[in-house]
This record gives sequence, structure tokens and C-alpha cells, in this order.
Amino acid sequence: MYVGRVGGTVVATIKDPVFAGHKLLLVDRLALDGQPTGKYDIAVDIVQAGIGDLVLVLDEGNSARQLLGREPLGAIRAVIVGIVDEVEVEGKA
Amino acid sequence: MQLARVIGTLVATQKAPGLEGVKLLVVQPLDRQGQPVGEPAIAADGTAQAGPGELVFVIASREAALALPQWFVPVDLAITGIVDQVDVPPLEPDQG
Repeated sequence: MYVGRVGGTVVATIKDPVFAGHKLLLVDRLALDGQPTGKYDIAVDIVQAGIGDLVLVLDEGNSARQLLGREPLGAIRAVIVGIVDEVEVEGKA
Repeated sequence: MQLARVIGTLVATQKAPGLEGVKLLVVQPLDRQGQPVGEPAIAADGTAQAGPGELVFVIASREAALALPQWFVPVDLAITGIVDQVDVPPLEPDQG
């Protein structure tokens, strides 16, 4: 899992059935100091996150399929599983 | 998943078992602002409806095989959706 910031929204009509009814958000991956790394994921949102929110992103297929109730199938990996209130690393928030 | 632009098609007559009937497209990965990043790659089309010029999103590694009608076939990149709209404001330097 990693910490990211929701950077925007992605809309698609034609898509894999696993995404039906789910919101897709573009999440910028952050380093632990909060700076963008330049990497991003298009992730399924299951916690009602919004643009600008600091979020916890799961990037693993089996867990993602379990969360969406799609085991053992579904072409999905990245899921927003939490909205982060605070990260503290070695005493620094 | 990442954004990509379909820039071409690929035809192969001799293919590994499981790839029969799978449409193969050349895709250019894009960054968050839609600018090309990295080298183009070959992706299987899980939507069966994508074509050159279209903005799509792709899924990599093991999950790519799950995007096709027959799963666990030898692919490592697949198109899972055709993008209608992306709304991503530029990153602010002080954001983060």
C-alpha cells in the first residue's frame, strides 16, 4: 500500500465489468515527505474520497478482487481503501 | 492502471495457445497530464472495442490476463477501458 493524493477523476463508459458502478480516481503517488513521485495510478474508490484528499492506496490484485467481491476474477489492482488523517515518520508529521 | 494512447495495431499469425482471437494494439503510456512517457508497448484489448487514436487505461502484470474473455493467457498488459473524460488539474508546486 502507499500514500497518495487524489489528483482528478477519470470517466469511462466502455470498461471491464469489474468497474461497473465504481468511481475511478487518478491518484498521484507521494513519497513519505509528501512530495509527488511522478507516478500515478487510476484507482477504484470505495471510501468516497475526493480531489485533493490524502489517501491510502492498495495495489494488489487478490485483495482488490476480494474487496469488490469479484474473486477469483476481475482485472483490477489499485483500490483507494482509506482517507489518511495523519502520517508520522520518526517523529515528523 | 495507467493512461495510454492507442497508436497502432499488431498482427501475429503464429501465437501462443490462448492468444487466438485476441486483438493486439500498440499503446503509448501517458503521464497524468496526458503527455507520452516511456516506451510504447503492446497490449491485448480487453474491451475488444479500442482502436488507434483512442485514450484508454491499461492494467499490467498478472491482472492483464484477467481482462480477457479467456483468462490466464500469456499477456502482461491489457486495455481495460476506453476513457471518455479525464479531469486532472496540474500539480501545484507547493501541494503535497
